[in-house]
Amino acid sequence: MSTAPALSIEGLKKVYAGGFEALKGIDLRVEQGDFFALLGPNGAGKSTTIGVICSLVVKSSGRVAIFGFDIDREFAAAKRMIGVVPQEFNFSIFERVGDIVETQAGFYGLGGAQSRRQTEKYLRKLGLWDKRNEQARHLSGGMKRRLMIARALVHEPRLLILDEPTAGVDIEIRRSMWSFLREMNEAGTTIILTTHYLEEAESLCRNIAIIDNGEIVENTSMRELLQQLGTETLVLDLADPLSEVPNLEPFVARRTEAACLEVDIDKGQNLNEVFARLDAAGIRVRSMRNKSNRLEQLFVALTQSDGSTETLVHAAG
Amino acid sequence: MPRDDILLPQGRRAVFEANFVAFRTLLVKEIRRFLRIWPQTLIPPAISMALYFAIFGAIIGRRIGEMAGFDYMEFIVPGLIMMSVITNAYANVSASFFSAKFQRSIEALLVSPTPNSVLLGGFIAGGVARGLAVAAIVTLMAAFFIEIRIHNWFVTLGMLLLTAVLFSLGGFINGLFADKFDDISIIPAFVLTPLTYLGGVFYALELLPDVWRTLSYFNPIVYVVASFRYGFFGYSGDVPVGLSFIAVAVFVVAFWFLSLWLLQRGTGLRT
Repeated sequence: MSTAPALSIEGLKKVYAGGFEALKGIDLRVEQGDFFALLGPNGAGKSTTIGVICSLVVKSSGRVAIFGFDIDREFAAAKRMIGVVPQEFNFSIFERVGDIVETQAGFYGLGGAQSRRQTEKYLRKLGLWDKRNEQARHLSGGMKRRLMIARALVHEPRLLILDEPTAGVDIEIRRSMWSFLREMNEAGTTIILTTHYLEEAESLCRNIAIIDNGEIVENTSMRELLQQLGTETLVLDLADPLSEVPNLEPFVARRTEAACLEVDIDKGQNLNEVFARLDAAGIRVRSMRNKSNRLEQLFVALTQSDGSTETLVHAAG
Repeated sequence: MPRDDILLPQGRRAVFEANFVAFRTLLVKEIRRFLRIWPQTLIPPAISMALYFAIFGAIIGRRIGEMAGFDYMEFIVPGLIMMSVITNAYANVSASFFSAKFQRSIEALLVSPTPNSVLLGGFIAGGVARGLAVAAIVTLMAAFFIEIRIHNWFVTLGMLLLTAVLFSLGGFINGLFADKFDDISIIPAFVLTPLTYLGGVFYALELLPDVWRTLSYFNPIVYVVASFRYGFFGYSGDVPVGLSFIAVAVFVVAFWFLSLWLLQRGTGLRT
């Protein structure tokens, strides 16, 4: 297998008829085996980028290659590498579940027994085998979403692109999808994910790009990105109520409820010290969690309308 | 099976086989679609044609007597078969393709490695399949009213097939440009139906005054119907059958390449 990146984008521009510049010459590289998040506010250029990669949008200029295959010159090979799960349902609701997946296998040249085998494999994996003879319109929202994942995987793509895969599904199904995607990634499939659930990106992805106004404003590892946050706030549920805010210097603490305390920890400070102070003050902690989604803070800072990335990272910190 | 075998067919033969599988898949999908909705696709043409046979053939036809030396009922049968092929081949492709665009299920095909020529071929073959299915139904019904005789099988089947392909291509181009469902009913209502009715299905062109007769020769359906009638009875009036074949074939080639060019540009599909 070649060592070419799973996805390589160079100088990608898209100007729509009417002059709107959706992509302003972006560069992006996703390595093989990565679990990559592409984030951005609505209208930032995420869907246009995915559309170009999947040949649903005609680029104005630039180069896109999938595992080294140029999407213009080697389109068939490039397309065979990709599986796409779009944001909106895009299958005929009157077709049967099994037919939808098997037909897609056929479009990739898998015929007869091979397409039936692949269809069964992924319908079983996604818990839809029992529904194979039902029309797609009878499926629940979560099942329809899983049907699109089965369809995208039926030809064994090396790069799976999911555009908001868990939008509108309940927590249980979301968690099971996360687990399935982790398995796929561990088995070697490169995954690119766009999502509005930043917790999802933080939980699943190793690397991240944030796109805003048609430009990549951040492209780094999730770990490095989160380290840019200077302060983290811990929410502590206490065993006993407090009558006043304890002195935990050098940490800043706030009492939000009688038995709930918020403590700010700056980058470089030690969590053990927080507990040492709490212990010294005779405060027993029952449970602890992060106050808010850290990635969300960064995302908001990076994509706010006024500033450059440099300024924004400082703002986040 | 090793993953790479699934992903990349190696060699020309493997690529051809993969493309053939894609074509067959699309054709089966299209046939399955019009069979699934048979009360909308197969029954209405059968009912309309039964009415044409009963009213124009059995009831009015008796009073008309002969047309161009043939029993009137006999005279209209080839035109009615061709009329049903034209409308059904066109409607099948325009409706199916536009529905796929509307539901965005076409994206599943567009993201796959299926070449444009295979995509086009699959939809056209679907239209031809419905056109031929309806032609078979109508011919079977006609057999209750007249004795079906074929003067020239090659002309009959050749013109039937070419016409089904030509109007399937027309439906495809219509579907490509359509933005809403109204857009796929405009051409059939305002162009195809008048041209078909004025295309010599129900009368011989010799009956027309000179001006109208001359104007009729600008109607392509005149050539299709006359040539098809020749296949049945060996009679095409003053329409040259060979030239009609060449003209229809030229239009098929032109529409095929126009459709491919539009697909390549992404017209109506890619932004």
